[in-house]
This record gives sequence, C-alpha cells and structure tokens, in this order.
Amino acid sequence: MKKIMGYSSAWSVMPGDSLDVMVSTYGPDRYRASLVRVICGNDDPDFDVYREEEVAASFAGEYPGREQITISGSYVTIPSSPLVTGMGSFTIQAWVFPTTPEKGAQGLISNWDAASASGFALMIDDNGAAAMRLGDGRGATVEASTGKPLAKRRWHLVSAAYDAAAGTVCISQDFIGPQFEASTSASATLAVGFTPAMGSTQPLLMAGMPATHPAGRPAASHVFNGKLDRPRLVGRALSLADSAALGWDAAPHERETSVIAAWDFAREIGSTTIADASPNGLHGRAVNLPSRAVKGFNWSGREQNWRAAPQEYGAIHFHDDDLYDAEWDPDFTYEIPKDLRSGVYAVRLVAEDDEWYVTFYVRPSRGTTTAKVAFLASTATYMAYSNIQWTWHEHFGEVAECYWTTMQPGEVFLQEHPEYGLSTYDNHSDGSGVRYASRLRPVHQVGPKTAPVWNINNDSHILGWFEAKGIAYDVITDEDLHREGVALLEPYSAVVTGAHPEYYTTPMWDGLKTYLARGGRMAYLGGNGFIWRCAMSEAMPGVVELRRAEDGIRYRDEEPGEYYMEFNGEYGGLWRRLGTSPQALCGVGTVAVGFDVSGYYVRKEGSFDDRAAFIFEGIGDDEVIGDFGFFAGGASGTEIDAVDFALGTPPHTLVLASSEGHSAKTMIVPDEIGLNHSAMGGDQNPKVRADMTFFETPGGGAVFSVGSIAWPGSLPHNGYDNNVSRICENVLRRFVDDTPFTMPAA
Amino acid sequence: MYKIDPTRTDLVEEFYKNPSGPHSLELARVVNLLRLLPMEERIIIVCTKPHAEWTLAKMPKARGDRMEYYDDLVFDDYDAAVRKVFQIRWQAATGVDPG
Repeated sequence: MKKIMGYSSAWSVMPGDSLDVMVSTYGPDRYRASLVRVICGNDDPDFDVYREEEVAASFAGEYPGREQITISGSYVTIPSSPLVTGMGSFTIQAWVFPTTPEKGAQGLISNWDAASASGFALMIDDNGAAAMRLGDGRGATVEASTGKPLAKRRWHLVSAAYDAAAGTVCISQDFIGPQFEASTSASATLAVGFTPAMGSTQPLLMAGMPATHPAGRPAASHVFNGKLDRPRLVGRALSLADSAALGWDAAPHERETSVIAAWDFAREIGSTTIADASPNGLHGRAVNLPSRAVKGFNWSGREQNWRAAPQEYGAIHFHDDDLYDAEWDPDFTYEIPKDLRSGVYAVRLVAEDDEWYVTFYVRPSRGTTTAKVAFLASTATYMAYSNIQWTWHEHFGEVAECYWTTMQPGEVFLQEHPEYGLSTYDNHSDGSGVRYASRLRPVHQVGPKTAPVWNINNDSHILGWFEAKGIAYDVITDEDLHREGVALLEPYSAVVTGAHPEYYTTPMWDGLKTYLARGGRMAYLGGNGFIWRCAMSEAMPGVVELRRAEDGIRYRDEEPGEYYMEFNGEYGGLWRRLGTSPQALCGVGTVAVGFDVSGYYVRKEGSFDDRAAFIFEGIGDDEVIGDFGFFAGGASGTEIDAVDFALGTPPHTLVLASSEGHSAKTMIVPDEIGLNHSAMGGDQNPKVRADMTFFETPGGGAVFSVGSIAWPGSLPHNGYDNNVSRICENVLRRFVDDTPFTMPAA
Repeated sequence: MYKIDPTRTDLVEEFYKNPSGPHSLELARVVNLLRLLPMEERIIIVCTKPHAEWTLAKMPKARGDRMEYYDDLVFDDYDAAVRKVFQIRWQAATGVDPG
C-alpha cells in the first residue's frame, strides 16, 4: 500500500547546512516534492486541527521515482588480503553462540566468492550444523558438515582445518554448554578431491557471506543470528586438540607463529573498528550496528561491567534485522536558506495517491536565537520509538495498550519489510532485545499525519498552540543539546519540552540541569519524561543506544550482565535507579500508565499560594482543568507523573493540581512497586495521578510541570481557548519576563 | 482461567453500543480475553485509507509475511471494524457467533 517513503541525512539543521533527501518509490515512476512547515500534525478529521504551511524551496518539483533497496543484517568486513588469498593449509575458528541455528544457511567467517567458487566459507548449514565449504575455482564445491545441529543459545568452538598435504578438510563443533545438557559436539573429516582455489577477491566477512547490493556496493547475504567471539585464522592445519587449545588461548599469536589473524572484539568497543590483535593487522569494521559489549564464551559472572573485564566481553551479537544506515542514494540536496525561520519542517513527497513526510528541524544559526522560547524537540525519544512494532509482535500488546491491533499502511509495510529495522521497544528476530535505533532510514511514526499520535505529532499540538497564541519560538533538538550542552539553552528565557521527553543522555541531562540552576525556566508539558538514560555516539551519529537495566516500563527484557552501554561504558537503565530521579529535575516522575481513559485535574492547595497566582489567572477556584482533549477526552492520561519528595522533588515545590478520573486499566508502573498487588489501577490506587507542579530556583529560574503525555492533546480544544491553554499561556508569558523568580522563605 | 459464557448476549450488546469503553467489569474481562487470543489466530484491523477506510486481516505468522486480507470486509467507520473484530474473536473463543 505504501508507494513512497524517504529519509534525510540529518534531523537537526541550521541555515547554511546541506540536507540530503533520499527517496524510494514502490511502483510509481514519478513523484513530487515540496517543503512544508509543520504547525500541527494531528490530521484526525474529528479533531480538525491539522495545519501545515507550504514554503518555497529550491528542490520543489517533480522527480523520477525508483525503488531503493534496503538490506538489513549486521556483519564484520575485513578487506581482502594476500595473507588470506595465498593460504595453503589453514585453520579457521571462532566461538559461536547461535540464536537461530534452525533458520537455514548462515555465514560465520567467509570470503566465499560464489561466482567463481573460490575462497572458503565457515558456516551453519541448512541443518543447523557447523560446516565448511571450499571450491575449485571453476564451479565445483565441497562442503564438510558435522551433521549435528548446534545447540541454540549455547557456546561452541567451531573450527575447520584444511590440510593441503592430506587433501582433507576437518570440521568440528565443541559444545561448552551447561553440564546437565546433552552435548552437541561433533566433527567430520572429508576428502576435498581438488586443490581449493583460495584467490577470492571478496572481503572476509564474519556473520555473513559476501554479496553485492543491487546498487553495486559490497553487502552480505546469509547473515547470522547470534554471537561470535575470538575469530582466528591460522596458516596451518591444526589437530582438534591444538585447535581447542588455540580457542582457549587469549593471545595465540604470542605462541603460535602461524597465526594469520586473531581478532579481538573486546578492543575498540563503542566504535565500528574491528581489531586484529596479531602483528598482521587485518583490521576491519562492523556494519549495521551489531551489539558489542556483550558476554563472551568465557564470561564468569564475577564482573558486570565490560570495562572492568573486557576479556570476558569479547563477543559481538549479530542480528539479521540490524540496520544502521539504509545507504540510499540522495535524490536531491536542500541548502537551508539563510532566512528560513526556525521551526519543524518536512519534505512532502507525493506519488500517485500516497504521500510521505520527511521531517526535520531547523534551528537558528549556532550562537544566535530568534525568540525567547526554545521548543526542545525530543529527537532522542523519537529515535528510540522509530519503527516500533511491539504491539503486533507481542502477545500482551493489546492488553497493554488497551486497544485492538490496528495497523496503519506504513506499519503494514514494516510487517512485510523487516529489513527496515526495529525500535528500542522491539525484540530482534532471534528474541534478543533491540538496543539501537537509527534515523538513517525511513522511520514511521515520526512526522505529521502519523498514527497513533505520538512523538513529534503529539508535540506539534504545542507548536500549533504557540502559533495560535502568537508566542515566538525557536526549535532545537536533543541531538543539539547532547552536543552543545548548556550553551545551547542559556540564551533562552524559557525551554518548553514536548509531550514525552523520555530518553536522556548524560550530556543532555547535565545541560538541562545546569541551565535551570543558572536561572533558566522550563515548562515540562508532558509525562514520562527524563526516565531512561541513553547514549549517543560520535562514531555512529544518528543512533541512540539503550540498555533497559533492572526495571521500569520495559517492553523487552535486558540481557543480564550487559547493563553497561557500548557507546560510553555508562550503566544504563532508569535515571531513578542511578540516584538521579526526574522528580529532582522537574518535580515529578512517572507513576502510572494507561491508555483507555484519561482524567482531568482539580486544583490543590498549592494553586492558591501567592507564588502560583500568575499561573491561575482567569481560572476559577473550583474549575475542573482539562476534562477534554484528544487523548481519551482528558488532559491527564497515557503516561502520568507525580511528586515524590523522597525521590528528590524540591521541598518548596507547589502541587498546583492533581488528576482524577483514571480507570482500573491505568496502572502503577513497575518502578513504583516492589510487588504486584490487588490495587494497581487508577480506580482504587491513590498514587495513580498526575501532579501539576511549580517551583523556583535560587538562580531566578523556575520549573512548571504537568506530568501527563495527554496534556498537549488538550491545548487545541475549542480553538485553543480553554483552561489548559490558559494555564500554559500564563506560565509562558511570565517565563519570558526576565524578572527573576525569588525563592520562598524557608 | 476465565471463560466467556456464550449466553451472555448482554455483554455483546454492551460492547456493540460502546466499543471504545469504558466497559463494565465483566465486559472488561471478556475484552481482555479476546485480546489475548494466540497471535496466529488474531484477526486485526488494517487502515487502508487514513481516517477513512479499514479492513480486517489475519495476523501473519512470521515477520515479513504478507497480510491475509478479508477483502469483502470494508468499513468506513472505525467502530464498525472494531465490532466485527469483537464478533469474530468471540466466535473463535466460544464457538458461537454472537451476531
């Protein structure tokens, strides 16, 4: 049903930058491109708030369409070397932890050239057994197999030795799984019958077999699901005993002079570099973001931090649905004009009766501002959610979301095209959790007119409100904050968050906290914010990494022993579990989640304090706040936050209002409870509520929080004339007034 | 484990009147059960024209598999599609078509 999709080389740009736009059509041979400024992206006709503004752009026009192919699957590539192509007798080995041995042929270590039948391929065969393929260079091949399937999710030392003198190849798999399980160890020796042709011009691939992308660039086929550790190549045929000794040897090149390569995946974790520890330096790179900093075959459990015991974290976990950069060819480049105002923009692509928005964010030139208010687009969170498919992969998806699975056309496309990759909410095809999500691919659910209304589409209710109220704003993004820290925020009188700023890197957290400490003002107009620590990488820009350690609202489990992130070595998980809770940053933190019914706010004692008078100007003492809105008819809903003074809510925080009217299916989150009990839901549990809060800071700043993802969906009600809108306007008008706030008397 | 009483046509009527809820406690249990049918047996809703048209499909068994559509079922009202899913899943769970 999808006929056109695309993505851009960046999400955050400024005047003078170049933005590459990549487009693929699926059927149509022409498409039209234009530029729009996104004002409110929610196009639900029952709500009638959608607004975009066409903007003249140099690239606008009609283009030829063609399909651009995406190939997922992570692997390692090592450039072709005469040390490999010139081999006579040799041994190739690796520790192998297959997670889908049943899925068919998968490459383990291979420079196989299928066209000429030359090189070698250490692989898992169609029966799930370790196998070695050799060819005569003229089309004839021989394949030695152990004939015994490898055990799923168990380590094996897989070795293959070609003995030129004997004309034989020996393949073996040594099981080192739990001692109470049947061994899957096996070996077999086969007469080759010809002199193998080793002159493959293909690179040496790990976790795949060499292939060519339809666009002509190198690629991989037969990609492997599972972990590899300590791949080694030796220039002689080792006996099974010698091969086993080599496999256990941490530095074989120090003792075995025939070692050609001894790759050590524990080196250069956090980068794409694959290091050869041998003197030959057959280094390479990892492609498509396999998971590094994972437990090796020798993991003892005595250490949980890969940096403290890198020798036990020498494995890489590869997945056939890993994807970093789709690497489509650009269709056109947009030079961001000097006079383009800051805002949320999209390249609108139209092919026949289908359309697609490539959304991006234009900030002012570095070091300048054009408004006193900055809208901080939650691009780290948008990335984390990109291409989420959890609800239709997970048995409990419907009862979690309180809905009947309803797939949008773009989601149908994702179901039918798993090569477009997953979100950090999903599990890989082998059942392991997804840790990386990239924006360098077409991403659904991040743009105007997307359903469900989430990410920037919900946040754009705030943009529409800015426009309706004539509040000037700049747009900046999480990636900018990550790179530039407090310097990005400091020029602004106030920062307004989106509805769901869930994922924060440490530099983002530090930047925001410092801004507030120095007198900045923040309006946190959402819920479930500042929850998970994530990481970004200079080496691999455009990606967030996430390790869902310990507890929290986890849509997938995290692998024990792998709670430390690859990109920076930080411990992952909830900020709350790190001793730095969101309550200490913004006054509130997540307490409950529910999607069937939304609640409304009623004023609390704090709202009648003189310090809060400016917030409630025009609001009646008994006025119910937000008993309307896009999200199930209320301003308090989906994911909601409340104060917790023990977790760090500043003691002078005013609780202005709290929500009521939540259903039994709006339940306390796992991080709030030690055990499940019979009063989890909002119909009985008093902790299920959103708190609206306000506090001043000693530096003259202030923080206003609403603690609800549903809040922005209430802003447009009645033509943006309602008490949710009024409260926000009262707050923002005061926040852009440079008169310092004063702390209350102790 | 909870089982649906197929004679409780009152629950069917309650759902048909108000598919999006909130529902009575008994109907909420029924809805939960129908939302927990095995993935490979689930009939789901597919939007074919944003905000305008929906059909039903069988959830594919594997990632990458094509959707199996019920081409004869086209709805211009989302709640009507939800009612049909409820009807089909009720029948799958109880063996009785609630009509």
